[in-house]
Amino acid sequence: MFDDLRDLYQEVIFDHNRNPRNFHVMEAADRKVEGFNPLCGDRLTLFLKMDGDKIIDASFQGSGCAISTASVSLMTEIVKGKTEAEAEALFTQFHEMTTGKEEEINLEAIGKLAVLAGVREYPARVKCATLAWHTLDAALKNEQDSISTE
Amino acid sequence: MTDFPVEKIRADFPILQEKIRNKPLVYLDNAASCQKPQQVIDSIVHLYSHEYANVHRGVHTLSVKATDRYEGAREKVQQFINAQSTKEIIFVRGATEAINLIAQTFAKENIKAGDEILITAMEHHSNIVPWQMLCEQTGAVLKVAPINLQGELIYAEFENLLTDKTKLVSVVHMSNALGTVNPVEKIIAAAKAKKIPVLLDGAQAIPHMSVDVQALGCDFYVFSGHKLYAPSGIGVLYGKQALLEAMPPYQGGGDMIRKVTFEETEYNSLPYKFEAGTPNIADVVGLGAAIDYLNTIGMERIAAYEAELLDYATEKAKQIQGLRIIGEAGAKGAILSFVLDKIHPHDIGTMLDSLGIAIRAGHHCAMPVMDFFEVPATARASFAMYNTKEEVDILMAGIADLIEIFG
Repeated sequence: MFDDLRDLYQEVIFDHNRNPRNFHVMEAADRKVEGFNPLCGDRLTLFLKMDGDKIIDASFQGSGCAISTASVSLMTEIVKGKTEAEAEALFTQFHEMTTGKEEEINLEAIGKLAVLAGVREYPARVKCATLAWHTLDAALKNEQDSISTE
Repeated sequence: MTDFPVEKIRADFPILQEKIRNKPLVYLDNAASCQKPQQVIDSIVHLYSHEYANVHRGVHTLSVKATDRYEGAREKVQQFINAQSTKEIIFVRGATEAINLIAQTFAKENIKAGDEILITAMEHHSNIVPWQMLCEQTGAVLKVAPINLQGELIYAEFENLLTDKTKLVSVVHMSNALGTVNPVEKIIAAAKAKKIPVLLDGAQAIPHMSVDVQALGCDFYVFSGHKLYAPSGIGVLYGKQALLEAMPPYQGGGDMIRKVTFEETEYNSLPYKFEAGTPNIADVVGLGAAIDYLNTIGMERIAAYEAELLDYATEKAKQIQGLRIIGEAGAKGAILSFVLDKIHPHDIGTMLDSLGIAIRAGHHCAMPVMDFFEVPATARASFAMYNTKEEVDILMAGIADLIEIFG
């Protein structure tokens, strides 16, 4: 059962879905942006604490599918300590990986996020994985309003 | 159930032989759109191969043949829903276009600022948004009759909202998100007592039950072909002749006119007044073929078979721990909407797809219904006459396995 899905639903994804990291409201956040995927109802609020152009803390709240929850959970871990430019560069690489534009995955740059590469085989699910990053992008550009993947 | 020729029916639907991700297809997304029998596919191929030309225009043989087929399909629709006359059958793109047509002609003509349009809380977006647009244009007010936690209309509240201000009642016959079948006879009787016209959105009901518009007494009934085993892009607006006669046209163009000069235009008679431009000839013929096909089986038998199938599925679903059925109305069509503890419907949809099972995961174009039940989305298995108990078993086994995997 579900043998075909092992590329998409890796154990790391189940783990982050069951126990999402950085899953809390950040009272002293410098940036707070809501992300919404109206197609499936995934909804998240992303909080960032900045020091100049450096992300020193990230957290989130919300509900969504396993892919979107794991994606935002992993993202909040990986962007901590990154500069805005570094985070944006990661977003670009992540986007290329999930949409299949980049055949070869740059494991060194993308690290743990590689577990989400499987969504490229499931076009209907790409937005689940990228919602977190679109929300981060809006937060870094200091767009305070909510954003939507549609 | 044994005397229902489900295997014979299945053999008529070529797509049911497809493999999806190397598994036999289990198609349970019929409420979104259902599959087409060979007879419907053949009718279109035959028309384009042997009998196609434009309709209502030519004196040549092919045009006469095509017109016969097109108007023949109109008669089939008329008989299928027992309308009084073919003049009451208007071909449109689908239920959505039919509702927009009524909103922008009949309702716009008869509804003014302060008037009210009454719908229910279980409507599809297609029976919400056209009225919101009309309210914006006219200053009319949209009223919504609430539902209870079983997903049933709270009838007493509906009656309370039916006032002298109400100028139109527009309700869904069967809900696509919940499966609820509304008490339309009661609704129509209450509205008639106050001389309020009633529109029924039959998009979901039409493939599951026998519909008699004269017995119902509704003023308008709309449905789409693609949910009735017919092609997509074709639908029907039924309206009482007197109402249609009085309504202004929806779109202007060829076919809907009798005489045109630059000074004035005389509109054509019914039903052509509402069919501007070259119509969707082939899909109308396909719709006629679908109705022929359904008549060989009989809507009453289909309804009885599907009711057994739904009972079986509901019973099995209730045995799964952590599964919550959304929509448990007493009167229900063959739709099983559900959520699972801590597993998002989209994950359910992807996992079942890997087993060859097609269900819908999402808000089913009924976001207010999702809000009411406080879920972001549901998973929905919707059945058709070609589904079997074995397919229900495959679905339930798949659900049990994915619950285990998510642990």
